[in-house]
Amino acid sequence: MTNNLYMPYQMKVERITYEAPGVKTFMLRFVNEEDQNKFDFRAGQFGEYSVYGVGESTFCIASSPTRKGYIECTFRQTGKVTNALSDCEEGSIIGFRGPYGNTFPLDEWKGKSLLFIAGGIALPPMRCVIWNALDLRENFKDITIIYGARSTKDLVYKHELQDWGSRPDVKLITTVDPGGESPDWKGEVGFVPTIVEKVAPSSMDTIAIVCGPPVMIKYTFPVLAKLGFSDENIFTTLENRMKCGFGKCGRCNVGKVYVCKDGPVFTLAQLNKLPDEY
Amino acid sequence: MKSDRRLVRKGSLEKLFEVLKGDNRQVYAPFSRNGRTTYRKTEKFSDIATDYIQTTQSSKEVSFPRTEKILDYSKNEDGMSVKGIEPDQIPQIMLWGIRPCDALGIGELSSIFNWDYKDEIYNNRLSKVTVLGFSCGKADEYCFCTSVGGNPGNTDGSDILFTQLGENGDYLAEILTEKGEKVIALSPELFETAGNIEKEKFLADVPVKFSHKEIFGKLEKFFESDEWVEQSLRCIGCGACAYVCPTCACFDIQDDSHGKLGSRVRCWDSCGFSLFTLHTSGHNPRNVQSARWRQRIMHKFSYMPERLSVYGCTGCGRCSRACPADMNILEHLISIKEAVL
Repeated sequence: MTNNLYMPYQMKVERITYEAPGVKTFMLRFVNEEDQNKFDFRAGQFGEYSVYGVGESTFCIASSPTRKGYIECTFRQTGKVTNALSDCEEGSIIGFRGPYGNTFPLDEWKGKSLLFIAGGIALPPMRCVIWNALDLRENFKDITIIYGARSTKDLVYKHELQDWGSRPDVKLITTVDPGGESPDWKGEVGFVPTIVEKVAPSSMDTIAIVCGPPVMIKYTFPVLAKLGFSDENIFTTLENRMKCGFGKCGRCNVGKVYVCKDGPVFTLAQLNKLPDEY
Repeated sequence: MKSDRRLVRKGSLEKLFEVLKGDNRQVYAPFSRNGRTTYRKTEKFSDIATDYIQTTQSSKEVSFPRTEKILDYSKNEDGMSVKGIEPDQIPQIMLWGIRPCDALGIGELSSIFNWDYKDEIYNNRLSKVTVLGFSCGKADEYCFCTSVGGNPGNTDGSDILFTQLGENGDYLAEILTEKGEKVIALSPELFETAGNIEKEKFLADVPVKFSHKEIFGKLEKFFESDEWVEQSLRCIGCGACAYVCPTCACFDIQDDSHGKLGSRVRCWDSCGFSLFTLHTSGHNPRNVQSARWRQRIMHKFSYMPERLSVYGCTGCGRCSRACPADMNILEHLISIKEAVL
C-alpha cells in the first residue's frame, strides 16, 4: 500500500544508555537510508515506538532536530511495551512511526531567555528543546535549567547534566527531594517548586518551559505567576494515552482538543481554557 | 449528480441480486436469526431479511472491520520483514438493504478517518463498497433520524436508494452516484422508467425531537453539569453502544503474535471502557463512568459538529436498543435539551 499510516519505519537500536533505575535511552537509526533522508521533525513532537509482537507505545523524541541522522528516545520500564523495549539489545530492530503533534515555537522565542523546569522522567521531552536551543545558542539570551528528581539515582542524562553544568552559557540547578540526596550530593535539596521560588529567575523577556509529574506542575505554575510570568509565556507538553497519534483513535482528547493533533505542546493560557480532563 | 429515478418491479429484485453476486463481487445483506438481524455475506436471495426496522449491528464493519490487520511481520535470520495490507486483497462489496441512517453514518465515519491525516486502509475498503440503501417504511420509538439531519428516505451515503411503494409494492430506485450507475449497467432491463411517484407517502413517520441548535448550544456550557452523573449511574461500561454504533470509530492497536509471525491489528474500542484512557502511571483523565458518558455525548454532539461539521450520530437508535441497562440516548438528549443551566 502506498500510504499506510500505521506502517512504522524500521529502526536499528544503535546504542543503549542506562540512565537511571528502569530508565534507558535508545539511539535509533533508520534501517533504510531513504526513510532517513525524508524524515524530519521539530522539537516537541512524539512518535509511536513498537516491538513487533508486543505492541506500540507513545513517547517523545528526546534528541534535537539539529542532530541529523538518528533519533533518541528515553523511556521508563513500566508496561508491556516498555518492558519489551528494555529487553532489546544493541542491533535489535524496532518500529517507529511519527513524528506527530505540534512543536515548541523556538523561532518565536528568538532573542528571549529560556527557563527550563523539569521533574524526573519528564526531562526527555525537554532535552530535545534544550539541545535545540543550545545548538542555536546565539538565538537566545540566558538559558536556565532547573531539574529535580526523587533521588540522585533517579536523575536522568547524568553526563549531560555535567556538561550543561560546566558550560558558561547555561545556568543549571539540580535538586533532589528531601531524603533523596547522597553523601556527596552538591546540588539543591528540595521539591522543584520550592527551588524555583528560591532561585527566583527573572521573568523579563523569558519563556518558561515546564514539564513534570502533575503535582510538580500544579505547584510550579503559581510560583511562576508570582515571579511575573504571563500564562502565554509558560509552555508545557501534555501526555495522554494514545494509540494512533493522528486524531482518530479517540482517547487523548481533552474536551474538543486532541493532544496528538493540537498538542502535545500547550501554553498555560491554552490549558486554562481546557476542561479539567487531563 | 442529480438523481435518476427508475422503477424496479418487486419480482426483479431477485434477478438484480443474482447479477450483483457475480464477477468477484460479494453481496452483504441483512439476515435474521433468533430475533437478531445482522449483515453477512449472502448467497441466496431467500436468505435476505425483509421485515426489520433496523439491523442489530450497523453496516460499518464493511469499511471498518471490528478486527483488521494493518500489517504483517515476520522475524527471520536477516532481521525483520514487515508488510502492509495491499488494496487488491480487499473484496468488492455490494451492501444491500442498509437503512438511510446507516448510509448517512458512512459520511460521518469517513470524516473521522479523513480529517487531516487520510486513513488509506479505511478509504480503500470504502472505495470497494457500493451502497444499496432501502428507505424505511416503518420506525420504532428508538428512531430519531429526523432530529440529527436524516430522514427515513434520505439519500445521503447511498449509491442507489430503493423505496418500496407500499407493502408488497414495487420499488422506486433513485440512482445517486456513478457507482449506482454501474449497477444499472449490469442489468439495465430491470430498471424501468418511473412515472411521477410521491416517495414521501411511503416513508415512516419519525417526529423531530430536538434541533441541532438546541443541543449544541446547551452542550457548550454543559461540561460541568451534574446531569452526566445522573444519566450514567446505571451505565455498566460494557461498550455495547459503541459496538453497534454506525459512527463510533474509536479503536485500539494491538499485536497478534504467533511465534515468529504475527500481525498488528486495529480493533474496535469504546470510550465507555474504564481502561480506554488509563495512563501507565495509573492516572486516568476520565476516571469515572460519568466522565466517559459525557465524552460519548460531547464527542458526537459537540466536538464532531464543531471540528468536522458533522454529527457523530445518525439517530438509528441502536445504542438504546442494545443497552443492557436500558439507557436511552434519545431520552438523555431530550433531558439535556430541557435542563436548566
